[in-house]
Amino acid sequence: MTFALQSLPYLWQGLLVTLEVSGLVVFFSLIAGTIMGVTIVYAPWWLYWPIRFYSDILRGIPLLVLIFFMYYGLPLFKISLTNVAAVVLALSAFKSAHVIEVVRGAIQSIPRGQTEAAKAIGLNFGQRLLYVIAPQAVRRFLPPWINAVVDTVKGSALVSLVGIVDLMLAIQQVIGRTYRPMPLYVLGALMYFVINYTLSSASRRLEARFAYIRE
Amino acid sequence: MPSSELVVQIRGLKKSFGANRVLDGIDLDVQKGQVVVVIGPSGSGKTTLLRCINLLETYDEGSIQVDGVEVGFRDGGGGVRKHRHDRELARIRADIGMVFQLFNLFPHLTARENVMLGLRKVRGRAAADAKRIAEQWLARVGLSDKFDSLPSQLSGGQQQRVGIARAVAMGPKVLLLDEITSALDPELVGEVLNVVQELARDGMTMIVVTHEMTFARDVGTRIVFMDGGRIQAQGTPREVLAATGHDRLKAFLARIEMKHH
Repeated sequence: MTFALQSLPYLWQGLLVTLEVSGLVVFFSLIAGTIMGVTIVYAPWWLYWPIRFYSDILRGIPLLVLIFFMYYGLPLFKISLTNVAAVVLALSAFKSAHVIEVVRGAIQSIPRGQTEAAKAIGLNFGQRLLYVIAPQAVRRFLPPWINAVVDTVKGSALVSLVGIVDLMLAIQQVIGRTYRPMPLYVLGALMYFVINYTLSSASRRLEARFAYIRE
Repeated sequence: MPSSELVVQIRGLKKSFGANRVLDGIDLDVQKGQVVVVIGPSGSGKTTLLRCINLLETYDEGSIQVDGVEVGFRDGGGGVRKHRHDRELARIRADIGMVFQLFNLFPHLTARENVMLGLRKVRGRAAADAKRIAEQWLARVGLSDKFDSLPSQLSGGQQQRVGIARAVAMGPKVLLLDEITSALDPELVGEVLNVVQELARDGMTMIVVTHEMTFARDVGTRIVFMDGGRIQAQGTPREVLAATGHDRLKAFLARIEMKHH
């Protein structure tokens, strides 16, 4: 068991990389996905179709293919990214497609009467979005979005395949030296679990805070 | 009556949903302080007419002027009509109040906040000011003890009274009421109509779509009967409800009677 404890600082480094990659991806995908998600609901067809296309394509491609494409494929077009940049780009693109659908669903779940009432008191588009639609949409947005965040943390293990020493690769390297896979895999799984369990319980607390709408 | 008193002027209004013409040439004048009650069978176009006035529905032909301003279009130069931008429309709608059949209160806001939102963001009132006005109006509709209630904590009749307060607090030039008691339990209809009757007494200009014939007779300045996208008859409540020599109106009134007795 001591070797597992001795490996902890090394695993900790890997964990930080996992968190860093996940954090960046969550951040970028949230911004890009929200902008595109709001746009797809309200935009004219010439903006709607490109986003629809983007979302459908990206959700249809296996994440690993996307990562390999960004890392090994883009250099063919004279674009060379570091492995971290390639991975963050691939994961963000992939996740933003999911965020688009979550945002779209959240907005469209709000009855049309809400928009009409907001129009009737003279709110303009931005105000309707900010004061009437968004506060109600957030509640529907949170649960599936937190799921997507948890998914991102787990999915980030794929970055080990382009040589980034995240938690997953750190575990494998320690196993490579010690030939004792079981304790380390259990330890790794535990670390992933702690992160994601923290996220889901935070999400439940948030949901409770937004539960003011009783239907 | 002097033309300065004219609040709503509708001329030759036409509107189709696909091949279905729902408004087929409507002319209607509403003077300041009048309560115009619009009646007619479902599908007659009365709700669409109301929704055109604050442009929740666009219209194809004709004109709607509220206080002299064309609602649906702006002058695009050279006599071309163009659709208005969202911000222009917002400014126009701020002066046209609307109360909805299904209340459409903002569920994440308290009764007071529902009324305050337009005062703050559209009228630009300071928070304390908006709060005072909101509480005044909520008190007027009999909800002094419900300022902090969320819509989900209110009965249908109470919700609809908040809806009325939200609309009138903006100080609209005309108030549009779209079957505001149709979704209410019968015992709650009275409390809502009483509020409307008081508003009428205070001189609020209103266009009311309703099936409540007693209300139409007692509160209406004028009753307009619509069928097939056209105004088939109009006049004082007494004239219209007598339905002399008008078969469609007579048939409609008979159906309404049967439903209510």
